[in-house]
Amino acid sequence: MSLKALDYETLNENVKKVQYAVRGELYLRASELQKEGKKIIFTNVGNPHALGQKPLTFPRQVVALCQAPFLLDDPNVGLLFPADAIARAKHYLSMTSGGLGAYSDSRGIPGVRKEVAEFIERRDGYPSDPELIFLTDGASKGVMQILNCIIRGEGDGILVPVPQYPLYSATISLLGGSLVPYYLEETANWGLDVNNLRESVAQARFKGLTVRAMVIINPGNPTGQCLSEANLREIINFCYQENLVLLGDEVYQQNIYQDERPFISARKVLMDMGPPISKEVQLISFHTVSKGYWGECGQRGGYFEMTNLPPQTVDEIYKIASIALSPNVPAQIFMGLMVNPLKPGDISYEQFIRESQGILQSLRRRARIMTDGFNSCKNVVCNFTEGAMYSFPQIRLPSKAIEAAKKAGKVPDVFYCLKLLEATGISTVPGSGFGQKEGVFHLRTTILPAEEDMPAIMSSFKKFNDEFMDEYEDKWNQSRM
Amino acid sequence: MAPPVTVNTINPKVIECEYAVRGEIVILAQKLQDEIKIKPEAHPFEEILYCNIGNPQSLGQQPITFFREVLALCDHPSLLDKSETQGLFSTDSIQRARKILDQIPGRATGAYSHSQGIKGLRDTIAAGIEARDGFPADPNDIFLTDGASPAVHMMMQLLIRSEKDGILCPIPQYPLYSASIALHGGTLVPYYLDEATGWGLEVSDLKKQLETAKSKGINVRALVVINPGNPTGQVLVKMLSQSIRVRIDLNNKPPMVLQVYQENVYVPEKKFHSFKKVSRSMGYDEKYIHLVSFQSVSKGYYGECGKEEVIWKLPGLVLILVMSPPKAGDESYESYISERDGILSSLTRRAKTLEDAFNKLEGVTCNKAEGAMYLFPRINLPEKAIKAAGEAKTAPDAFYCRRLLTETGIVFVPGSGFGQVPGTWHFRCTILPQEEKIPAVVTRLTDFHKRFMDEFRE
Repeated sequence: MSLKALDYETLNENVKKVQYAVRGELYLRASELQKEGKKIIFTNVGNPHALGQKPLTFPRQVVALCQAPFLLDDPNVGLLFPADAIARAKHYLSMTSGGLGAYSDSRGIPGVRKEVAEFIERRDGYPSDPELIFLTDGASKGVMQILNCIIRGEGDGILVPVPQYPLYSATISLLGGSLVPYYLEETANWGLDVNNLRESVAQARFKGLTVRAMVIINPGNPTGQCLSEANLREIINFCYQENLVLLGDEVYQQNIYQDERPFISARKVLMDMGPPISKEVQLISFHTVSKGYWGECGQRGGYFEMTNLPPQTVDEIYKIASIALSPNVPAQIFMGLMVNPLKPGDISYEQFIRESQGILQSLRRRARIMTDGFNSCKNVVCNFTEGAMYSFPQIRLPSKAIEAAKKAGKVPDVFYCLKLLEATGISTVPGSGFGQKEGVFHLRTTILPAEEDMPAIMSSFKKFNDEFMDEYEDKWNQSRM
Repeated sequence: MAPPVTVNTINPKVIECEYAVRGEIVILAQKLQDEIKIKPEAHPFEEILYCNIGNPQSLGQQPITFFREVLALCDHPSLLDKSETQGLFSTDSIQRARKILDQIPGRATGAYSHSQGIKGLRDTIAAGIEARDGFPADPNDIFLTDGASPAVHMMMQLLIRSEKDGILCPIPQYPLYSASIALHGGTLVPYYLDEATGWGLEVSDLKKQLETAKSKGINVRALVVINPGNPTGQVLVKMLSQSIRVRIDLNNKPPMVLQVYQENVYVPEKKFHSFKKVSRSMGYDEKYIHLVSFQSVSKGYYGECGKEEVIWKLPGLVLILVMSPPKAGDESYESYISERDGILSSLTRRAKTLEDAFNKLEGVTCNKAEGAMYLFPRINLPEKAIKAAGEAKTAPDAFYCRRLLTETGIVFVPGSGFGQVPGTWHFRCTILPQEEKIPAVVTRLTDFHKRFMDEFRE
């Protein structure tokens, strides 16, 4: 019988080429082991609620009321829900055209987009236009939509940081474009050097590529570094000179664990730089309800904001959004609640602040615990997690280990991570999934396991690592004492 | 240097793709609506009547109470720990929410799930499919997605390697197919449904189209079947077995079968049969047929368009409630049945009223709406009108729809958005405006049509 259309051999090649390590080999192996009854600690995805972080109470109350609006007619509703949640549910329901079960405007509910614009204005000090804000089913969908507009073929190159969150490499691959890497400096706390950028672009152009866009992830994933204002200015200048669209992935903007470099949005810096740059550089900024202290990954709520795009292009993007009819409505309400939070004096304010601060401060502590824990291990060096949700320690694998990996047919960091998984149940993502310099290995974990479990996890890791390093130690390095 | 993202430098497939359901007419409608808000006398009508999109709850259809109770409890599980909850929620919704939450790891409804959707929920859905069809279903073959549309996109992505790959689509079709084929750079190979026989499929036409495509060097990879049809509403019975046979002959294109309207069947003599059931009953198992079926919670009698069964969310929550609704004896059974039947019988009545109204218009014929949510009447436009349309640089059906909108506030989608036999004109109208608004729709439409024909009659 001849090959069928959905047989593996005849599938679209781009689909087959795509790699997404966050749910790749390690995750699949961990799932297998879990099925066999082994206790697995999943640190592969920034998925806080799966690791015990509780949802914030107020948004869940509001959305529950929106799901079941007949509750609002029940005289006893006040027994279960505070007055401000009831008021807010009515507020969002009135913005919808038929409640949570109706398709909204393909760009998202206008009232919610207005709240997003107001949030951006408060944050940056510059007005924002709701018509240029589109809500999406998670930030990832928005990234894919925008890249689909930019990439015409393999001749189009997109500048992506290395290491990077593999949504970018996967999407560029899927869309048939070319990834142009620029390396972050591990020794300079994963800093960005504009000279690296220039070099990457020059090399790409030499190969005949048209470099069209630059991605920045701020705070970084997996690296966690927060870009300074000076850095952002350099980047924007660079985009202006080289005629690149800037894609600002700012989904971790609420996750900041140091005070030297608070979050500044790319848009604020762009506007601060004044004309002509502020009017010329094309920028798309992405945000989400999945991260921060909200961690509502499963709701699939995100947005992108467009700056300096011509109206015709915005129309085309709107047209593509309309094919999927509408972003999911409950998530839009989560987004509204996130950008338009409770204020002092609101009944639920105290509880809300307690819950959010509790989460943020715990994340800050866990970032420290993990960094220090990794640095106490043999042959492991770890930059501090300035922001986001991950730790990205460098594992200095001895050459014997690298050989053993080759023999097993595995990339060295995959080999290490698989052994870590089998020995301790800790499921990580090998650094090769994010990109790294040749011959340098890392793994990524999240900082999300519960605080009370951390000491045990770190000591379990240390035990495994130090034994691994002893086993594969280069004999001639061994001390003779 | 031109900025990188202008219309001249954007991906050309984006420019090429079209989606009429939210196209030009609808954008104009929204503009007129905004104008009325500011100045109520701005136009000869008080409100826009959206008949363009299958969006039931935006037009007043109420959600099924039991489903929303369960969803609310799952959205805020701490309600289950409070005794007051029993005073506001039905007992069976509380029980069902508990049961569902037990299937969600850590009861974490805000967490990313398995990329295919939560296993326990897929198990329930597989069981529902098995009960429907009488043949086994494997939960590992089920993927929950953000609505049926992204799932269709995924399939196109897998199948289309270049413009040499073709996908057989019914004409008229729901333009998600034409749009996603264009977006992924493939070729749409049309097969025409026969208006004269209630939009039936002629297998000979299917074969002919396939041969034509082959001769042009197109490699046809899939057959799309929409059952019940959109925009045409026909419920396929014989066609299924015929098209299966055709496919076997033609080297196994995997049929992509969109079955989102399976709960919307309005004629007693027809029943929905899933493609899978028919093919298995014919003896064709998965060795012979690659079949991809799509189901959705956006339609049916539940109309939960805004929910989207999301891969990463409370996946399949509404879907599993649909597949295992309250049973006789459950506290919510009575209200569930009356809500469901109320909606379905109302849809049946509205379908009939509008169908009759269309058939009374001069030069208009309308097939019965056997299922789905739409009517797709054909209009014989006079030459004068076609000429006027040409001068206005619009397709004749779009010309009619635009005039209809500006004079009455009624929004239809021109047939050219769905495809039609060249030289014929149609428009698509949903049957969704609330029953009390239907007389107004009929009156305004009838008066407008008379005026239009008076103006353009030979």
